Amino acid sequence: MSLLEFQNVSFANDDKTILKNLSVSIDQGDFISIVGPSGSGKSTFLKLCSHLISPTNGKINFKGNNFIDYSPTELRKSIAYCFQTPYLFGDTVMENINFPFSIRNVKLDQKRVSELFFLFHMTIDYLNKDTKNLSGGEKQRIALIRSLLFKPEILLLDEITSALDVDNTKIVENVITSLNKEGITVLWITHNLEQSRKYANKLLAIEAGEIKSLEVLK
Amino acid sequence: MNGSNAINITSLLISSSLVLVTLFFSYWHKLKLEKDIIIGVVRAVIQLVIVGYILEYIFGFKNPVFTTLLLLFMIFNAAYNAAKRGKAIKKGLAISFLSITVGTIVTLTILVLSKTIHYEPYQIIPVSGMIIGNAMVALGLCYKQITSDFKNKRDEVETKLSLGADILPSSIEIIRDSIKTGMLPTIDSAKTLGIVSLPGMMTGLILAGSSPIEAIKYQIMVTFMLLSTTSISSFIACYLSYRSFFNSRKQLIFTK
Repeated sequence: MSLLEFQNVSFANDDKTILKNLSVSIDQGDFISIVGPSGSGKSTFLKLCSHLISPTNGKINFKGNNFIDYSPTELRKSIAYCFQTPYLFGDTVMENINFPFSIRNVKLDQKRVSELFFLFHMTIDYLNKDTKNLSGGEKQRIALIRSLLFKPEILLLDEITSALDVDNTKIVENVITSLNKEGITVLWITHNLEQSRKYANKLLAIEAGEIKSLEVLK
Repeated sequence: MNGSNAINITSLLISSSLVLVTLFFSYWHKLKLEKDIIIGVVRAVIQLVIVGYILEYIFGFKNPVFTTLLLLFMIFNAAYNAAKRGKAIKKGLAISFLSITVGTIVTLTILVLSKTIHYEPYQIIPVSGMIIGNAMVALGLCYKQITSDFKNKRDEVETKLSLGADILPSSIEIIRDSIKTGMLPTIDSAKTLGIVSLPGMMTGLILAGSSPIEAIKYQIMVTFMLLSTTSISSFIACYLSYRSFFNSRKQLIFTK
């Protein structure tokens, strides 16, 4: 049984078709690189995976059941989504780190927070920093930590390293690959050709809202 | 009121010459507002004369049921106007009606129980007019703000939703921002009372012969009641309307 399955999924907005008749199966533990020209519908594909939007036609299954059979909030807790431009809310990093705990009504897990900050080569002092004073790379790493505090089953990444320098990119790549080895399924949109083939086991090419190819790399 | 200065018709006719000044400026500077000024003045006179006679008639009725019905009519009109500012909000009329009604009831109850005013038409209707009018403006501002925030802060809301948050924690900043927007004009005007302006009610009382000390008591009451109604109505309206921006699957709806 596939972890995530698209069955003839189409998505249109304002009568403009963005995705047409997509059918694809994603298995648990997959690391899929998603490539394609700008405006081809890659981000819309990830938004559908995270249930931030619903298909106008077709259906998406998660662990064999239709998305609509799940509570949207529970579904999104299992499927983490990192945006291309990370959005940090509130004034401090702490507010962002505490948010996933507060929506679950649990106390902040200091050990887990420290663990993730260490993985992303950051010190715990960052918690008190003002979000406005962070660099793009720092913001992206905080956003990733925020999404990973409660281990998701699927991690959706939308060009998260496109604005990062080489060092930051390397840090992020290392964390993502190690998470994938632990069993987290990764769907990663990237424009970097080398990156797209280096870690992934499958390469999904989307063009003009349609699947052009699904290549098995490993 | 002692020493009230009743205005006679001749005085009113002479003061109407002030309109000529406005017309002259419009004509002189080619503002092309002459037609609007004349329509505005004629309408104001006709509407006020009608309202004056209606109020004179209503104030004669001491029946509280009739007063309450009139209040509901005023609230409905205010709610209808406020709802027009929030076309994206589902059940905007019902939400506005409920918000203004609760705000008005709470404020009037405190005023009546504290014996600041009596449930008599000649006191309730003008006081409610101020309360309801202020709540209507506050709600209009709330709706405008909430609609534009849900359009402009899509990233913030979707980021929170993607973390698994429900729609309330995802919208809380927008709700707070909108309530604040609705309340700020009332708070700002309270801050400048007596410094920048002598408000209409106080001016009216003084002109009618009340002592300024008596007039400020009324004005302080008006300030309290406007703050209370604005906060209650804005709070209820924003907390009831944010849901309109989501569908049943807790996804943010595209707003144009």
